[in-house]
Amino acid sequence: MAEHQLTFPASEEDIRKLRAGDLVTVDGHIIGIRDRTQIRIFDQGVEPPLDLKGAFLLHTAPNVRKLGPGKYEPMCIGTTTSARMVRFTEPLGRDYGVRAIAGKGGLPDEAIEPMAKHGMVYFALVGGAAALETTQIEEIEEVYWEELMPECLWKFRVKDFGPLWVGIDSHGDSMYRDVQSAALKKLEGIVAGL
Amino acid sequence: MSTVATDLQQAVEDAAAHLYVWALKDIPQDLRDALAEASERETSVPGRRVLSTILRNVQVAEDENNIVCQDTGIAVYTCRVGEHFPLHPSRIYAALKTGTERATLEHPLRSNAVHTITRENTGPNTGHRLPIVHWEFIQDWDGLDVKCIPKGSGSENMSFLKMCTPADGVKGVKQFVLESIVGAGGKPCPPGIVGVGIGGSADYAMYLAKEAIARPVGTRNSDPHVAKLEEELYDLLNQTGIGPMGLGGDVTVLQCHIEHADTHMTLNPVAVNYQCWAARRASAHVSPEGDVDYDREF
Repeated sequence: MAEHQLTFPASEEDIRKLRAGDLVTVDGHIIGIRDRTQIRIFDQGVEPPLDLKGAFLLHTAPNVRKLGPGKYEPMCIGTTTSARMVRFTEPLGRDYGVRAIAGKGGLPDEAIEPMAKHGMVYFALVGGAAALETTQIEEIEEVYWEELMPECLWKFRVKDFGPLWVGIDSHGDSMYRDVQSAALKKLEGIVAGL
Repeated sequence: MSTVATDLQQAVEDAAAHLYVWALKDIPQDLRDALAEASERETSVPGRRVLSTILRNVQVAEDENNIVCQDTGIAVYTCRVGEHFPLHPSRIYAALKTGTERATLEHPLRSNAVHTITRENTGPNTGHRLPIVHWEFIQDWDGLDVKCIPKGSGSENMSFLKMCTPADGVKGVKQFVLESIVGAGGKPCPPGIVGVGIGGSADYAMYLAKEAIARPVGTRNSDPHVAKLEEELYDLLNQTGIGPMGLGGDVTVLQCHIEHADTHMTLNPVAVNYQCWAARRASAHVSPEGDVDYDREF
């Protein structure tokens, strides 16, 4: 298990260096998205108002305080369950050049192939550790689609954001697939003994 | 409406506003102890790091006076109302609703409530049939106990119901709970509290599962048959290897709590309701005079 410090936006070369199980902390810019944001992009065909090439997308809907027009103070920013949004993985990589998707609880196995094909990774955060993550967010630089509050498109500037695990890498490996298949084997034995 | 009742309604409203924010910021001591104990016993490398991050997060929330998790949940309350408590439950409900709204706007807290079809946000964490309030009525008593359980969606999405047959027996119940938790994997933010409701009817089993997750961590059902099943399932669930945040490890659940009801001879319902590691709850006792006593161990 290696440890890495990465700055986003990132290149395909940076992403290909990461292996499932590695630990990563992140600097630079990360983009907050959620269910409704992606439904608008992919199901309603609305182009996102910012460039997602090389981007780190965080599954989030933050607690914020409004300071003025388009300006928000972070109050408590964490993450949500990623699995709900798995079907957007392939088009995010193929059409927009996204490099990392981050959230909690993992992505199902159907994300493994598109991530390998398009040079993407899934980063696992500790779900619920939002008070800590908030201290790693320096500023909310931009917010788009405010009418979807709190499921807007958010642009955060972060410092030492993490710890993040490479849950799924760009080489076909997934911590979740490994844990799940081992658990299913154990479950078979447990049920046989009931 | 009399002056006394108005004051009492205000007291319940103030209590609800306080409980919602308090529950979100400051997790109970029994839960802190369970997380610390889990951190001691976990041996996997990612599992240990997840648990130390969780403990650090709880401390950061306390130091920064921040809420623990970004998901402010749906506000769920349980009320135990004495038959002589001088405020009608319809007024108690109104007070809980206004208190929830005030907490959301004044803090401010993220508003999660949406219309279930249009998905439009309804406002300050309230709406049609929100908050959700469960009632219990107590004879020969003049007090009110209110418990606030802000319920996050990551864990609530991992809710499961099966109408087992009597021939499936307790074995069928155990198998369903185990399969549910393995299937849930890392999604509900493990290690948390597995709430199980058995017996009654389909809807009541699920309510009982919700009641089970709101108990202080590690308390046991007073029925020895049920308490034994709690111990067995707790042990078996921790043999699955799902681990903290589903990244693999020894600690998959902090506890398994079960509530039960007698049922029809042909029914054997089992419901699972998961509560994440941030198992937030806060309680208050309200006297008929409107004095409020905040208490975590209820």
